[in-house]
Amino acid sequence: MFNLKIVLTGIIFVSLMAIPCFAPAAETILTVQVKESQMRTTPSFLGKIVTRVFYTERVTLLEDRGAWKRVSKGRAQGWIHASALTARKIVLRSGKTNVRTGVASGELALAGKGFNAQLEAEFRNKNQLDFTQVDRMEKITIRSEQMESFLKEGLIVPPQEGDL
Amino acid sequence: MKVPYSYFIVAVFAIITLSGCHTVQNAATLATSVGTTTGVIDTQQAAAIQKSVAALAKTFEDFTPEQQYYIGRSVGAVVLSRYKPYQNDQINQYINLLGQTLAQASDMPEIFNGYHFLVLDSADINAFATPSGLVFVTRGMLECCQTEDALAAVLAHEIAHIQLKHGLQAINRERITYALTTTATEGAKAFGSQELAEMTKNFEDSIMNITSTMINNGYSRAFEYQADQSAVVILRRIGYDPHALVEMLMAMGKHLKPGGADFAKTHPSPQSRIEKIEKLTGSYKKVAVVEQRQARFLRMIKRL
Repeated sequence: MFNLKIVLTGIIFVSLMAIPCFAPAAETILTVQVKESQMRTTPSFLGKIVTRVFYTERVTLLEDRGAWKRVSKGRAQGWIHASALTARKIVLRSGKTNVRTGVASGELALAGKGFNAQLEAEFRNKNQLDFTQVDRMEKITIRSEQMESFLKEGLIVPPQEGDL
Repeated sequence: MKVPYSYFIVAVFAIITLSGCHTVQNAATLATSVGTTTGVIDTQQAAAIQKSVAALAKTFEDFTPEQQYYIGRSVGAVVLSRYKPYQNDQINQYINLLGQTLAQASDMPEIFNGYHFLVLDSADINAFATPSGLVFVTRGMLECCQTEDALAAVLAHEIAHIQLKHGLQAINRERITYALTTTATEGAKAFGSQELAEMTKNFEDSIMNITSTMINNGYSRAFEYQADQSAVVILRRIGYDPHALVEMLMAMGKHLKPGGADFAKTHPSPQSRIEKIEKLTGSYKKVAVVEQRQARFLRMIKRL
């Protein structure tokens, strides 16, 4: 009953159609949208760090697993969490260009203006605010290993898949 | 005409392959997923949230992550001009361990300069979160928490406000447009004095939009319920009991003074929030106390 030839041709045809979705033919470039992030050997915050990436740096998408993306930068390859990346281009730009006209849609402009350190300083002086505590607070950083032992010590166990 | 089986098989295979691919792409592009997979939110609710986020995307979403960071820092400085930090390194370390671990289990573990937490020295029952990832919790709020799970619920709720970008949405739309469309002076590292004065005023007004909403008026009820929903997702995912959120709200209900200027003023009543949460978690069940976890929690609370 089954015409094997037609089935096989069909499967091959459909598989070819599906290729762009699993291995993008056109390169997908993503931009780092956090000050600093890490490229890791495995899709996990416990993965070994391959290299560091910084704000506005571009990486090439190699594999997409939703929350984690395998990307490359130069010769380095590794996993970065999706929340550290954006599909929008972040443009570092100074000078006269009007943000409205100078930036294509889908791009975010780091215009010469905008809310930046200079405006913060003005705002601080005008309102006599003290940023010392904000700076101190921003220095408190917990490492992944500390988080691991915190969870372990508190017997905090994530539910197994299917429990939810 | 009789269609051969083989064509049918090919067609089914095609549909499965292509629709599977479509789902993967969607899942990858939805940055604001609040946990449809966990079954906490049904697809209709998720669609509504995504739709509203998309509609607003042309406005506050157009701030660069760096601009959001500067907005958040200034909001933090305003909070700290009204409340003193609680100077105790151990308790602040503990709240950062808990808070940063929760943030890492969320849908948005990475934010421009990371999540940071601080206890405020006040008997008010209050908590604030800035768009840049700074979270403040008062001593009074800590005293409403009887377990680490309950404190985790408070922090998860604040993390949710950040991820859902509730703070940024308090900024007046014209201010956002102004901030995003003003021209820069060629070759100048600094703004011209006139421009600078205008930009500073705009920045200042934007910060005040956020702080007055956060501290004085409160977000909409809808935002508070959304933050509770996301908090339930975060708590479940990491392994805390989401009923702790209900337990904390019950305790808060007893402590809040009617007419007070804190959570009593800026949040929907604990009872109305509990009713909504129970729709997600089922009826309230007392949170089981895990001995080791409770011991470290009490060690910290004793320091207050």
